[in-house]
Amino acid sequence: MKAHRIWALVSRHLYLYKRSLPRLMEVFYWPLLDLLLWGFITIYLKGYKENLPGYVTFFIGALILWDILFRSQSGISVSFLEEVWSRNLLNLFVSPLRVSEFLISTMLISIFKVIAISVVSAILALIFYSFNILSIGISLLPLVINLLIMGWAIGIVTTALILRYGQQAEILAWGLAFLFQPVSAVFYPVDVLPGFLKVIARYIPSSHVFEGMRSVIKDGRLPVNELVWAFGLNLVYLVSSIIFFNWIFKIVKIKGSLVKIGE
Amino acid sequence: MLVMDNVVVEVRDLTKVFNGVKAVDNISFDIYEGEILGLLGPNGAGKTTIIQMLLDVITPTSGRIKVFGKNLAKHREEILSRVNFSSAYVSMPHSLTISENMRFFARLYGVRGFEKKIDDLLVSFGIEGEKDRLTRTLSSGMMSRLYLAKSLLNDPRILFLDEPTASLDPDIADKTRRMLKEIRERSGLTILYTSHNMKEMEELSDRIIFINKGHLVAEGSPRDIIERFKEDDLEEVFLKIARGGS
Repeated sequence: MKAHRIWALVSRHLYLYKRSLPRLMEVFYWPLLDLLLWGFITIYLKGYKENLPGYVTFFIGALILWDILFRSQSGISVSFLEEVWSRNLLNLFVSPLRVSEFLISTMLISIFKVIAISVVSAILALIFYSFNILSIGISLLPLVINLLIMGWAIGIVTTALILRYGQQAEILAWGLAFLFQPVSAVFYPVDVLPGFLKVIARYIPSSHVFEGMRSVIKDGRLPVNELVWAFGLNLVYLVSSIIFFNWIFKIVKIKGSLVKIGE
Repeated sequence: MLVMDNVVVEVRDLTKVFNGVKAVDNISFDIYEGEILGLLGPNGAGKTTIIQMLLDVITPTSGRIKVFGKNLAKHREEILSRVNFSSAYVSMPHSLTISENMRFFARLYGVRGFEKKIDDLLVSFGIEGEKDRLTRTLSSGMMSRLYLAKSLLNDPRILFLDEPTASLDPDIADKTRRMLKEIRERSGLTILYTSHNMKEMEELSDRIIFINKGHLVAEGSPRDIIERFKEDDLEEVFLKIARGGS
């Protein structure tokens, strides 16, 4: 065994940390998000002690709904990555395909993925935990639609960033949605968050969805104001993400980097 | 004898600057209907950048591109539906079979009654027996035939080929050249293509445009260019220009 060969391999990976976003995310991003998320969950649980209302419904329901947002986002960005990985991107954009058509197709794919994964999750939750997600009732529909739209918006932004920065930004396809998780108040109410994060949460559509979900589970009704906020913010998010994507697409064509992605 | 009276691509004063470096510098040329035009030049000369500007995946810094008499940027969708592209550096979804890939691209180009079209193309490229094979399992020879079959799906009037024979062995490269010639003779297709293979350029091209460091340095038939540079073949001309002896 030769130390110089082991060191050669170690140093080869250490070089990458100097300029690799995904590797820096491993060091800073994920630990920070984990700490925030689990810290706030702990604060919430500590506050309620044994009096946590319907905690199985709260947590498993929240988990299934969060997965809808994440799969909706990854449905868009992973569809794009599939084209990058198979070196097919140029074939698409030398065809008459419009950017809008490309985006709509990825949204449709994300709907298929979300439906498939949600059905599986719902069945598993019913089998293992006797939790029926449909017990949320008809209110489930606007909640799901809002999560789907927010996932699209994040997915479109992620795809634009991968277009602009290439494969080094690939990790965003799995990571960007989680940036919103602590302030989405998925597993705890917005009240648990400190002041400045409460303000941020107010402008995150998913925080209104999860507040709405808890309200439905607790009181049996979906507050209209949460729904209006969620739809309003989602409209702004989606339109902004499409404008951002178009802007990045123009830059990428000017820089000539569309043809270099995946090389 | 090719009659060069119908211009299908008109390039005027085309310039592309990347980070202050002129990759393409004020180039003008025409492509005539039914001709095979070879774009020749050393690595980094600007050939691929020109093709990609002609396909609207790179935006020119300045200059004008007209295809079928129409401004490319303004009529992108209409123009791109009547052209196609193949490159040694672009692939297809690996996990799809040959016929799935062909269907995918047929839909993308809006080909009507595509099943028959696909069958005909697969037969003419001799890969009809492989249509249920996954693309990733194909040999490079079969792959190049599939790329060419895909590039003819929409009956293009112009075919852009970026180094179509790169990475192919001499036998497959020769077969590919023959196929291109046959296609041109059969359909009167206009072809713009790049290659580093001088013999191929001499054999295939009606006309050549020689690019060096973003400039157009020579234009004419292979024979004209060889005579103008007083060399024995295109390879000698290439070396002379690439080494700064133009």
